[in-house]
Amino acid sequence: MNATALSATTAWRAANARRAGVCLLGLAALAASFAADIATGPAMLPIGDVLRVLAGQNADPMMGAIVWKLRLPIALMAIVVGAALSVSGAIMQTILHNPLASSYTLGISGGAGFGAALMILVGGALPIAQEWAIPLGAFTFAALACAIVVGVGRTRGATPELLVLAGIACLFLFQALLALLQFLASPEALAQIVFWLFGSLLRADATKVAIVATILALVLPVLLTGAWRLTALQLGDDRARALGVRVDRLRLRGLIAVSLLTGAAVAFVGTIGFIGLVAPHIARMLVGEDQRHMLPAAAIFGALLLSLASVASKLIMPGTVFPIGIVTALIGVPFFAWLVLTAHRVRR
Amino acid sequence: MSLALANVGVRYASRAALVEIYLTAQQGEVLAILGPNGSGKSTLLRAVAGLVPASGDITRPDAVAYLPQDNLSRAALTAFEVVLLGRVRSLAFRPGLHDLDAAAASLDELGITDLAQRRIGELSGGQRQLVFLAQVLAADPSLLLLDEPTSALDLAHQMHVLDHLRAATRRRGLTTIAVLHDLNAACRFADRIALLHEGRLRATGTPAEVLQPGLLRDVYGVRVAILPGPDGQPVIVPLALAGD
Repeated sequence: MNATALSATTAWRAANARRAGVCLLGLAALAASFAADIATGPAMLPIGDVLRVLAGQNADPMMGAIVWKLRLPIALMAIVVGAALSVSGAIMQTILHNPLASSYTLGISGGAGFGAALMILVGGALPIAQEWAIPLGAFTFAALACAIVVGVGRTRGATPELLVLAGIACLFLFQALLALLQFLASPEALAQIVFWLFGSLLRADATKVAIVATILALVLPVLLTGAWRLTALQLGDDRARALGVRVDRLRLRGLIAVSLLTGAAVAFVGTIGFIGLVAPHIARMLVGEDQRHMLPAAAIFGALLLSLASVASKLIMPGTVFPIGIVTALIGVPFFAWLVLTAHRVRR
Repeated sequence: MSLALANVGVRYASRAALVEIYLTAQQGEVLAILGPNGSGKSTLLRAVAGLVPASGDITRPDAVAYLPQDNLSRAALTAFEVVLLGRVRSLAFRPGLHDLDAAAASLDELGITDLAQRRIGELSGGQRQLVFLAQVLAADPSLLLLDEPTSALDLAHQMHVLDHLRAATRRRGLTTIAVLHDLNAACRFADRIALLHEGRLRATGTPAEVLQPGLLRDVYGVRVAILPGPDGQPVIVPLALAGD
């Protein structure tokens, strides 16, 4: 091979190193946001004190209780949920060849909302605490919505367009069922449903964080083992098939991953929109579509976005935690618009 | 024998797209598939590639590379990555030197190393076509299936690509089957030609055997003159529509 051809390999390796650098910068920003999230709240804590508590060097029991019991689970939940929603959005956009795909597109969030509302209304009759009945209902119906789409996907000749249509049909079905439940609900139950639908990190505790983190830790590496095949899918179904990728099987695996990630994320925090749509786009703009970099970058930037939104939700109205789902859209939409308009300046 | 089709047929819903195709191609041979629009050329390649269900028997090697007709992908991937994906079947998470060298060599072979770090969405249609050609060559195939591989290329690139493919077919002992529209390019490029019409194989043979005025009038509905070219290959000159 001549020097020119060698330089192509070298340049590609340099581009990969640059992408890894972008991920490391994202991780550094995430660490800063994580510390800020813990420091922010009705009682503002100095960052230095927060770091000392986390390092086990601060003996103040009050501050220790605030950090470890109250704020750490919320800050960690923002990170794992943001990462889960973003990776799930990235996979959906890839396997459906649709940049608008997110957990909303496939009706998964709609299913979760209906499942949670159902448990708020009738969960009292079940032999489990409502605190767990609501996430269980949300997860079950999110998985059901995904199962419907997977079922459509397994039919012969199912195209990405057909899957998106099936998802939109699911969305409308569950929205109608949710509206029916809201119509039938008592004023107290209705208020509870509406608050759940806003999305909130305040329901986080160590167990719930561990559940979402475990699912993320299991699913992401499995997705990464198929990273090159997912990358090939970007070239279109036919081309991927011609390259030897078993497209239908890959799409099915992707849908199952999406179901697990989104179901776990929305079950505990409610429907938080926008992260699953925007964070994958940010990752794509920054590191390109090689899924070996794209999926970790999506996880990092999804976590960062939701962590920043968590900080903002506590700063908008001091003393009150603004619903996180509203914050993600309010700060996310202008940020996304700016990003899209300046995308040509963003380096790979 | 590298490729053999026996009584191959393809149906789309109620329409027969291919009927009773018997065809063979040897190692080191370039076979051009010709025929008017809708005659089943692309369907034949897709059937051989295993992308559409076909009846009958298709005997082919395992290592098949297929270049589809469209090259509209605008994925945020660099040309180097697209070419590397030609080897997706064997790529490790961190690709080995062997795979990286194959991708770089393939870009080099087609003279497009300078495009390596450009995103394919930024490239012209012709440049993208060259990148996807490099991709199928990087796959190290035994059977190369190309659907209109030069449709977006200018004259110089058409000649470069066809000459290169022919040389690579000989050198690597490939079997290359290409759908072409340009009859004169087929004469120059192909060892043999298969002429399709309405899903049926009308003729196979050397360019001189297949490209006869009567047959071309029947299949294309065009009157042609066939003149001896300076390099000994026939040159086809369209004269008028057959009804004129």
